Amino acid sequence: MLPVKKLAFIFFITFLSLLFVLPASYPIKLDFLGVRVDSTLVRQPILFRNGDFVFIRDFELKLGLDLAGGSHLTFEADVSKLPQEDLVSALDGTRRAIERRVNIFGVSEATVQTSKVGQSHRILIELPGVKDTQSAVDLIGRTAQLDFRELVNPDEATVSGTPLTLANTKPTGFTGADFKRARPGFSSTTSEPIIEFETKDEGKKKFGDITSRLVGKPLAIFLDENPISAPIVNTPITEGVGQINGSFTTSQTKTLSSLLNSGALPIPVTLIEQRTIEASLGKESVQASVVAGVVGLTMVVLFMVLYYGKLGFLASTALVIYGILSLALYKLIPIVLTLPGIAGFILSVGMAVDSNILIFERMKEELRAGKRWQDAMEAGFGRAWDSIRDANIATLVTVFILFNPLNLEFLHTSGPVRGFALTLGLGIALSLFTGVFVTRTLLRTFGRRKE
Amino acid sequence: MNLNWMKLRPLYLLISGVALSLSFYSIFVWGFRYSIDFTGGVTVDYRFPSQQSTEAIKTALGINMEEAPKSITQSAERTIQLKYGPEFNQEKAGKLGASLSQALGENPEIVRFESVGPALSQEILRKTYVAVAIASLGILLWVTYQFKSLKFGVSAILAMIHDSVVLLGTFAALGHYMGVEVDILFVTAMLTILSFSVHDTIVVYDRVRESMRKHPGVPLYDLANKAVSETLVRSVNNSLTIIFMLFALFIMGGTTIKWFVAALLIGTISGTYSSPFVAVPLLVTWEELEKWWRGKKR
Repeated sequence: MLPVKKLAFIFFITFLSLLFVLPASYPIKLDFLGVRVDSTLVRQPILFRNGDFVFIRDFELKLGLDLAGGSHLTFEADVSKLPQEDLVSALDGTRRAIERRVNIFGVSEATVQTSKVGQSHRILIELPGVKDTQSAVDLIGRTAQLDFRELVNPDEATVSGTPLTLANTKPTGFTGADFKRARPGFSSTTSEPIIEFETKDEGKKKFGDITSRLVGKPLAIFLDENPISAPIVNTPITEGVGQINGSFTTSQTKTLSSLLNSGALPIPVTLIEQRTIEASLGKESVQASVVAGVVGLTMVVLFMVLYYGKLGFLASTALVIYGILSLALYKLIPIVLTLPGIAGFILSVGMAVDSNILIFERMKEELRAGKRWQDAMEAGFGRAWDSIRDANIATLVTVFILFNPLNLEFLHTSGPVRGFALTLGLGIALSLFTGVFVTRTLLRTFGRRKE
Repeated sequence: MNLNWMKLRPLYLLISGVALSLSFYSIFVWGFRYSIDFTGGVTVDYRFPSQQSTEAIKTALGINMEEAPKSITQSAERTIQLKYGPEFNQEKAGKLGASLSQALGENPEIVRFESVGPALSQEILRKTYVAVAIASLGILLWVTYQFKSLKFGVSAILAMIHDSVVLLGTFAALGHYMGVEVDILFVTAMLTILSFSVHDTIVVYDRVRESMRKHPGVPLYDLANKAVSETLVRSVNNSLTIIFMLFALFIMGGTTIKWFVAALLIGTISGTYSSPFVAVPLLVTWEELEKWWRGKKR
């Protein structure tokens, strides 16, 4: 490639990246020599669909929970009582039920994932922007198994005040899973909050048979193995609708209905990790990092220009291009930016400059040895390459282990470590491009020619 | 500029010896203050409308007979961080906030709530050891392969261990005097420093390797002097640019990553020092011992 072509190529990708980096809508107001322009540049999101493959990018910077605010929850699934062959489907069922519950909060971009670490099965939930985490935890973690049971010994029913337990009752086979829909309501006689339900079509007959059999006897309702009420069946219920009263409050009936509608969790789960960051705190971190990044970058540029003169200026130009390309990549891939991720980026800026310093110091040596400027520059790039390559690969080895792309169980599979490794690794790869290719092209074109 | 750097080896030994002894003293006598990432438990940050002292919080908690926290620290401006065992939950945190509001007449906001189960924290700790071990091994293999010699690889790794010990020791001391905790971010910083230290060492070794090819027969002692002279300006300049970035982050980058950045800063300084003054002297000494041993056998 001719240097001119290379320069054009660099200019082209920088310009292209700049389009991604700038805000989505950008007002242009111009009043120049009578020509008046007043319009807004709007970047359209990319949408590409081909069969099952869907590609959508809106080019907005994705911020992690530590910057945008929100909750990260990890639940551990208790699979000890589960037969091995049901494990996969039960875990998947649990994930889907939790997803439905998360949707109750109306959170956009919430994620629910399963992960396996050793013998432990986990469900990781990210809730951006949720304030009331305690109720989210309560709602998500509830097993919500509703069980309709009958007395083992029906004669006991005559003895009033006999407490209902799991021991003196047995399942009728009708559970919350037979519900088609549940909703909060009020009793027409006492105005107490109740839950009204409608059974699925196949549950209609089952419920009818059970209630026919139990006329005059109690039908005990248990929620997560706790009795909530035991109404006496007056007449068989064959139309597939019913109600549950259990001295609820209105908020309880509301929560319980949503739980019943989302379906019971096939596996009980317990919370083992919770990280909640208030959005205001995250915003402060973003602002602080941006200010620090700008100040640091300015200091680096000043140092380079003062120490290396024109060379330093060209290297700084390459550094700015590096910054633009990085941001564009973050938006394009897209990368969820976290606080450690920002730190990884800032560190990679320092390492990007390193390539240039190595090259320039080499150039100076060659110049001292009496070479012509042009030759010294080419030799500087050639000689410095070995150490640049070896040194950066050593860093990439660490990045590889921290990022753990193979999802090896004995290494970190989530969390801040990965975010840091991702931006650092990308930074190193990009810095090889800008630090060597871009700087060299700039030097060849704008460097000193006369000698 | 071709100075006899290797003549000053006793001085380097003294400097590193003092730094390592102090570090080992801190690590073994004071130990680390582990964050909940490694111990399990709960931290909760309350932000008040105005500045509150940790003493005032302690008194307020005492008045209302609240459960005593494991620690009370100032985590950010107007923000107090309390640390509890794993049984503490967000509901309790809310009640505690109300109780603090009553005692202090100021309504705090919970800006951060983190809870880590004991089993999970054990796992994080174990994974961290594994990551450090694999990273060291990977770097050792890479350096040994690139320089076709085990003594380069081992010397680079020893310099890397030197930097890790200094960093760990500094944080043990910071924990002892300023309550700084060792968390998962610190571990990330340490792993980065491992690679930075080697990154820097490789640049110097590369010069030694190049001179070895160019001037066969010249003793390693002289080549090492030459390599250190040639790379010193580069090392200092490079570290300066990284230090500029990190220093800006340390001063202005917010409290959450303050000590993470401090760890990177300490590691960068130690890593820059250790390349010419630990890794290279080790290499030269190894070579000399090897010669002495061969001569003795003959």
